[in-house]
Amino acid sequence: MNFDEILRQTRADLCLDCGKCTGSCPVTRVDPTYSPRSTIERVLSGRPEELIHNEHLWACLTCGLCTTRCPSNVDYPAFVVAARSVARQAAVEGTYAHNAVMQELMGIMALPIRQKRTGWLADGLKTVTQGDDFYFVGCLPYFDVLFEDLGVVSTDAARAAVRLMNALGIAPVVSDDERCCGADLLLNGDVQGFRRLAEINLRVIAASGAKRVIFTCPEGVNAFRHDYPAVVGALPFEVVHLTELLAEHMDALPLHALGETVTYHDPCRLGRYLDVYDAPRAAIRAAGATLVEMRANRENALCCGSTGWVHCGRCAKGIQTTRLHQAQATGAQRLITACPKCRIHLSCALKDLDIDIKLEDVTNLLCRAVELDTD
Amino acid sequence: MTNQAEGFQPRIVVFACNWCSYAGADLAGVSRIQYPPTTRVIRVMCSGRVTPGFILEAFRLGADGVLVTGCHPGDCHYISGNENAVVTVDKTGRLMNVLGIEAARLRLEWISAAEGARFARIMTEFTEQVQALGPTALKDTTL
Ligand code: SF4
Ligand code: SF4
Ligand code: FES
Repeated sequence: MNFDEILRQTRADLCLDCGKCTGSCPVTRVDPTYSPRSTIERVLSGRPEELIHNEHLWACLTCGLCTTRCPSNVDYPAFVVAARSVARQAAVEGTYAHNAVMQELMGIMALPIRQKRTGWLADGLKTVTQGDDFYFVGCLPYFDVLFEDLGVVSTDAARAAVRLMNALGIAPVVSDDERCCGADLLLNGDVQGFRRLAEINLRVIAASGAKRVIFTCPEGVNAFRHDYPAVVGALPFEVVHLTELLAEHMDALPLHALGETVTYHDPCRLGRYLDVYDAPRAAIRAAGATLVEMRANRENALCCGSTGWVHCGRCAKGIQTTRLHQAQATGAQRLITACPKCRIHLSCALKDLDIDIKLEDVTNLLCRAVELDTD
Repeated sequence: MTNQAEGFQPRIVVFACNWCSYAGADLAGVSRIQYPPTTRVIRVMCSGRVTPGFILEAFRLGADGVLVTGCHPGDCHYISGNENAVVTVDKTGRLMNVLGIEAARLRLEWISAAEGARFARIMTEFTEQVQALGPTALKDTTL
């Protein structure tokens, strides 16, 4: 794609130069030199190559906050992602977090490997190898190793998810052959790598016979719902986030009131991208917890500060700190998220702050309310 | 695909720190000590510079084994770089377990500048070990 097409497809050519995006952007708050408005302006005035070599191309979180406020409906995240793929063709990439270990893992997962990624399964969890429901776990088993220093055990949300599914009478397929959904490759402009992972995942899911794929990672749902059809065609199965499924069957769960005060962090993908705001909140209330909202919530929610495992730094830490202070201001005992990456990113900032709040995935909160042991 | 000792020549990437292990490899060379021609040595300033990403990249690009080498404990020229290497190799081994790449394909060894013979011996041993494992699944076109 060339920049003319990118501008047209993302409606950036209709930019009014109003600056609402820059005024809304959480990155700009920390780094005033960052401006989505002037980025578009420079490309519109015929200097796209400047963008390719500008590190600000990798600073955008693709959080979508600006898009919700743009009077011209410019899809700035899509503009950035498309520009990144142009940069990639010119052999320009961003600075990856964690020395690109996630990029390497994604690259290896695109090869013929036999993973052992279901080691997190615990006694008493009912899963199958063939069936109607496929639980797409995502990269949680890798996160467990990578982020153990933060004290985050990402797969505890996976165990909780299977327990909740079991409580609803669902024994999901869990597969060693599942791959990363590839969202983070696409986000960095690697369309080819994304396609390879998407194709393998489709084969693995097809082999399981599943008619529905259930996710706990919003990035996975978003990739499957929005991006997979664009590269591999219409999907022959239904795609749901676990909270959406639970919202429909909450009565079936034997819930006890937790009687605690919590706040909820909307993940960008689940919220602004997929419009799922109410289901996780309904789950929290059903668990008998009192939900208090942060200053920025729902479509105005603040991003967890880092996406695509790229360009993590001062801005990320600044945004995370702001978010955690917003959570602290609610007086809640827990900060509930519905995204494993938000949990990791916010935990990273929390370790340096004197804020007394516990981060928890919504599935674990629900499990506690059903009095199911989740480790 | 063959993993018989005679047929299969593994490719082994060796990360060697500038101050000890690279000099050790050099000494093995100038002393004309024989060791298998399976190695690709990459010099790094310190074993602490090696990241999980480096090691995984080597496997992604076709390595059958990766050896990280550094100065003996207490001898690192950056004081504690080799302590970081211990953490890195441990973590990477566990990532490899999830990926289904045998952790025995990754090894960490301390080799000083004076230990040319030790370098050669470790290379011979590790080559045999990786040879016995055969090529990684990453290169299996039947999967
Ligand atoms: S908010 Fe929309 S119209 Fe206004 S400057 Fe940003 S992209 Fe342009
Ligand atoms: S998507 Fe988010 S980070 Fe990117 S420019 Fe818009 S508001 Fe800023
Ligand atoms: S300099 Fe040799 S291990 Fe640090």
